[in-house]
Amino acid sequence: MSIVQILFWVLSAMALFSALMVITSKNPVYSVLWLIITFFAISGHYILLNAQFLAVVNIIVYAGAIMVLFLFVIMLMNARQEGPTGSKRWITLAGTVSGGIFLLVLVAALKDSELKARTAMVMDGQIGLIKVLGNELFTRYVVPFEISSILFLSAMVGAVVIGKKD
Amino acid sequence: MNMYVIAMDSWYIIEKLILIGALIGLSFFIAMYTTLAERKIAGWMQDRMGPNRAGPFGIFQPLADGGKLFFKEEITPTSSNRFLFLLGPALAMIVALITSTVIPWGASFTLNNHTVALQVADVDMGILIVFGIVSVGVYGIMIGGWASNNKFSLIAAIRGASQMVSYELPMGLALIAVLFMTGSLNMSAMVEHQMQNGWNVLYQPLGFLIFFVCALAECNRTPFDLPEAENELNFGYHQEYSSMKLGFYLFAEYINMFVSSAVMATLFFGGYDIPFFNEATWDGSPVVLSLLTFAAMMAKVSFFLFVFIWIRWTIPRFRYDQLMNLGWKKLIPLALINMLISAAVMLFLNK
Repeated sequence: MSIVQILFWVLSAMALFSALMVITSKNPVYSVLWLIITFFAISGHYILLNAQFLAVVNIIVYAGAIMVLFLFVIMLMNARQEGPTGSKRWITLAGTVSGGIFLLVLVAALKDSELKARTAMVMDGQIGLIKVLGNELFTRYVVPFEISSILFLSAMVGAVVIGKKD
Repeated sequence: MNMYVIAMDSWYIIEKLILIGALIGLSFFIAMYTTLAERKIAGWMQDRMGPNRAGPFGIFQPLADGGKLFFKEEITPTSSNRFLFLLGPALAMIVALITSTVIPWGASFTLNNHTVALQVADVDMGILIVFGIVSVGVYGIMIGGWASNNKFSLIAAIRGASQMVSYELPMGLALIAVLFMTGSLNMSAMVEHQMQNGWNVLYQPLGFLIFFVCALAECNRTPFDLPEAENELNFGYHQEYSSMKLGFYLFAEYINMFVSSAVMATLFFGGYDIPFFNEATWDGSPVVLSLLTFAAMMAKVSFFLFVFIWIRWTIPRFRYDQLMNLGWKKLIPLALINMLISAAVMLFLNK
């Protein structure tokens, strides 16, 4: 096994295990910490695919900023040891059913897709490097890029407006 | 990056291991003596002696402090979360130490046909990796403060985290203006660029000022040391900590200061560039040149450390609303304007 394969298996095991721990941990703070580890494992996968920019931005945005907000909310709500709302059976049931349906849809969508024929370009491909990625974003994909940035801007303005209302 | 994983020979690994060891040692050494320098300069500014009992001029004071911290009784509050309580200071320390890997500490030299770079990882994403690690650094404070199970610790931790998240934004915006000039995220390429075209601080004085203020806030230094505001929060997020766990928190702050000084020196003050001297004309041993460039880097870092300490003993602490107003309503617009003007000028000059 080459070092890439070893890294791939280690990272995959790490990602799956920590993702499982996110949903099985009783303490919500632990869930958030496991989720951070999941993001790091996924960033490792991005590096294996030579998508360095994506890897670093994933850490900055998700592990660094969004998870801090999650922790904020959980710590301030002081949601300590209480597990999920276990007393209400139907919520558990509804969650299981909707999760199952989602899985069904995913499997049905991926079953006939051509994804199986495609293999990921490991350690190859230049699209993830920042120079190539920037060129692509500002030439071929400039319209979707600008539209999504306007979306972010409007979300920011909305946040300021909500925050000002006191 | 991809070449690193495949083409590793054993000599390469040994070289990098030595470099990592040296960097950790250097970080600890500098952090130790920054604590002494802080107390000495405080004494000097307040017209008193400062610590002068341990060894000549008190130079063994950091060792005495460290020894004291190691031998103090370790107390873990009974109602705290034991594992997270331990993880907090460990994370703070690890994150503080990782950042130094992508900084070039001196010019590389060739010895027996083998080029030795004074930089652990010369990656294309250089400065973004620093930002990524800094953004993860919040967790050391947050986890420690929460796991202490103390209201004061929790408030301080949340203050600290929101402060660090808020000041990352203007810091990143100030950085973008620098990236316009250098056209690369790679830190050694940035230094090369500044060697040829002059230091970035000459073109980006406002950007540097914003970056410096944000660096103060990121390190939780005065005037932004609200997470440990004694008069409102007792002792801050590390109130429940004792012994070396407290030591790790305090020490991580000094290592953060050291690393952010090095980042500022690299981004704005030419990194390991020796001022008024062209390194290409050097005809002596390349090893000596490497050492000289390293000395130049350390001189710049020491200067920044001095400014950090100088500010601490000069400026009083901000109030919390002032801190947030400064970050969101002054620094971010200022950094945006700086970015726009830089972009317009670059476009006008057709670079």
